[in-house]
Amino acid sequence: MASLQMAALLSAPSTPVPSDRVRLGALRLSASSSSAARNGGALVVRSEAKVSGGGASARGLSLITHAVAEKAAAASSADSKPGHELLLFEALREGLDEEMERDPTVCVMGEDVGHYGGSYKVTKGLATKYGDLRVLDTPIAENSFTGMGIGSAMTGLRPVVEGMNMGFLLLAYNQISNNCGMLHYTSGGQFKIPIVIRGPGGVGRQLGAEHSQRLESYFQSIPGLQMVACSTPYNAKGLMKAAIRSENPVVLFEHVLLYNLKERIPDEEYVLSLEEAEMVRPGEHVTILTYSRMRYHVMQAAKTLVNKGYDPEVIDIRSLKPFDLYTIGNSIKKTHRVLIVEECMRTGGIGASLRSAIIDNFWDYLDAPILCLSSQDVPTPYAGTLENWTVVQPEQIVAAVEQLCK
Amino acid sequence: MAAFSAVKIPPPQFTTVRSSSQRPGSSPAHFAHSPSAFNSISFGSAKSVRSRPLFAVSSDVVSSDKTKPASSSASNPAVTREVALELYEDMVLGRAFEDMCAQMYYRGKMFGFVHLYNGQEAVSTGFIKLLNQSDKVVSTYRDHVHALSKGVPSREVMAELFGKATGCCRGQGGSMHMFSAAHNVLGGFAFIGEGIPVATGAAFSAKYHHEVLKQSKPEGLDVTLAFFGDGTCNNGQFFECLNMAQLWKLPIIFVVENNLWAIGMSHLRATSDPEIWKKGPAFGMPGVHVDGMDVLKVREVAQEAIARARRGEGPTLVECETYRFRGHSLADPDELRKPDEKAHYAARDPIIALKKYIIEHGLASESELKSIDKKIDDVVEDAVEFADSSPLPPRTQLLENVFADPKGFGIGPDGKYRCEDPLFTQGTAQV
Repeated sequence: MASLQMAALLSAPSTPVPSDRVRLGALRLSASSSSAARNGGALVVRSEAKVSGGGASARGLSLITHAVAEKAAAASSADSKPGHELLLFEALREGLDEEMERDPTVCVMGEDVGHYGGSYKVTKGLATKYGDLRVLDTPIAENSFTGMGIGSAMTGLRPVVEGMNMGFLLLAYNQISNNCGMLHYTSGGQFKIPIVIRGPGGVGRQLGAEHSQRLESYFQSIPGLQMVACSTPYNAKGLMKAAIRSENPVVLFEHVLLYNLKERIPDEEYVLSLEEAEMVRPGEHVTILTYSRMRYHVMQAAKTLVNKGYDPEVIDIRSLKPFDLYTIGNSIKKTHRVLIVEECMRTGGIGASLRSAIIDNFWDYLDAPILCLSSQDVPTPYAGTLENWTVVQPEQIVAAVEQLCK
Repeated sequence: MAAFSAVKIPPPQFTTVRSSSQRPGSSPAHFAHSPSAFNSISFGSAKSVRSRPLFAVSSDVVSSDKTKPASSSASNPAVTREVALELYEDMVLGRAFEDMCAQMYYRGKMFGFVHLYNGQEAVSTGFIKLLNQSDKVVSTYRDHVHALSKGVPSREVMAELFGKATGCCRGQGGSMHMFSAAHNVLGGFAFIGEGIPVATGAAFSAKYHHEVLKQSKPEGLDVTLAFFGDGTCNNGQFFECLNMAQLWKLPIIFVVENNLWAIGMSHLRATSDPEIWKKGPAFGMPGVHVDGMDVLKVREVAQEAIARARRGEGPTLVECETYRFRGHSLADPDELRKPDEKAHYAARDPIIALKKYIIEHGLASESELKSIDKKIDDVVEDAVEFADSSPLPPRTQLLENVFADPKGFGIGPDGKYRCEDPLFTQGTAQV
């Protein structure tokens, strides 16, 4: 419990940290009370607006309701940085909480989302706040509870269905493909399905093949579905809110290794666009398109590349379906070279689709063939060494850019 | 305690019906079991859980005397004249419509897989005519008559079958995907079993509206009916939803249209225990078996089940013994079913049975019924004419309903959303 309520910044960074940069860091626990946290140099990550001074009572209470209320508290602290710092899974929860507060038809369904708080604690505390019906602990029946989510979406609710691991959603494929994607169309537009399907996926740390699946490619062909992948606390919260507000069914891909990313995000409410890509690092020499965890491998490789004199432009495509061809296209028109770095399998993956979309639309602007680094078409091995070789590593990215820019 | 206490149940007669050979041809099977019968079988958990009614009821409730068929005392009809005529008209509509579908199919007006409901009308009419407008119906591919019973105009259903733009789904769904938001028909599903979770979701939504959104109605919770067949009862989604519905006491009724055949697979060859009603008590809900060829018996059972659901007492599993007079679909040569089985059920045609009942109880005259027949013939003819003269969907319709929010097609190279492309409304945009 204590691990998630408050995390305080214990040491000020030597250089100011802009809010669009993210630090990978472990969660640091604060034993201090909320009042001490507010008055000291440490920052309040999250506390309830209603907390009145007493420290111990603050912990264990419900989560942040309105980020806006934080402004007053933060402004009064000695530290004048705007916003609040939190981890990615907390950002997801904050987004979810804000949407549930705002719209009573928003509800959550999934295994262990309620009393347990979610396998990655994204829904922790929500059941206490909103009740067992709004944060529904389901039996282990993915196909049926996903279908149940679809049926309730058709009849006025806005469910957020969690796959405990994205891989489990393979059991729900019947419902996701046939009903989620199709029913708006086959009903001639009579029923909409404003459902969000989310969960942790991707290759973790030796979780074994079945818990390390990369499902983006499996779902991408389903007509009627939108897919987004979050990669930072900032875009995680913004995409969660956008997905919930969208009238379309949205699959939100989270990554198991990114849940503990820490970032400072704005206090004021914001909702991101589901269809837009994110410019991570502007550059001139090469366009690197990536998403989710590979963004960090790319940024790591970017440091090496910069030292070697390259200037890569890094774009986190965020929207896996549909692609933001405007942002991508503008970049290609500038750099004329494209490298795609993804965690998906090579065969039929996001990269494959992206490559063909780029060829279709921007062929004339290319000075070199599009390179695509994907993970191997291999069931994720358990052994650490093999697992590392399954996914794309920064050295490979550096080598690919060097090859591309020859 | 009787599961269906509002209904007068004759003293329980315990007859074991374990052998599957008792199905058709023999006398109608009695599936009534006394509680003591259950106790003697070691369903330990069945006893130890809360006092739920765990036995099934055979609903021969219209005629209190089981040995006599529907022609019981003429002075005590089970329904009023208005209701009887409503039921008759609905069943005749279902039959006439499906017969017309067969004609139109062979004349090349409709295509693909068309599954007709002939013979099963008592189930649709018996249940759906008790519903309010806000109650929901979820069906399978054999869904034309469910849609008609729920109130979708015949014109819209026929136009949908012809693939015209005036169809209830704009021609985009077809025979197996009948939807109507106005009449709360939530589909029409081609894969068996996949509608049951959707129905469970609609029932969950009803409970949520009542408990969370505090939008209660004086009549009680909105009820959802899920119709499906015997083949579906071997599918995982069926069992998963029985569990969830009972767990959360959802206002849903699982209506099994057991017509003994899943295309060419006999129910008895596919199912370890063919008595589907028994699967209800296994999950803690009442399981009821009813003669699905008798609309009044179906209606009686439906009344109780719907009342239970509205009061928040949870789901019911109702197995209706019924039969389809035609093949699985219009493409099915129907070679495997034996003539004497077909004859047995043809003799129990629900429309003829109700007609007989109405006349014997003096609820209406023969000529009144004939005029209903004629009226329905006109309705169906009109539906065909409407469908025939309706336009086919234009190209502009192709991309319109893929997304409720067409921004889902994304941002094009020019920075504008694809759906803002003028070609989008022409159905020719690159997406």
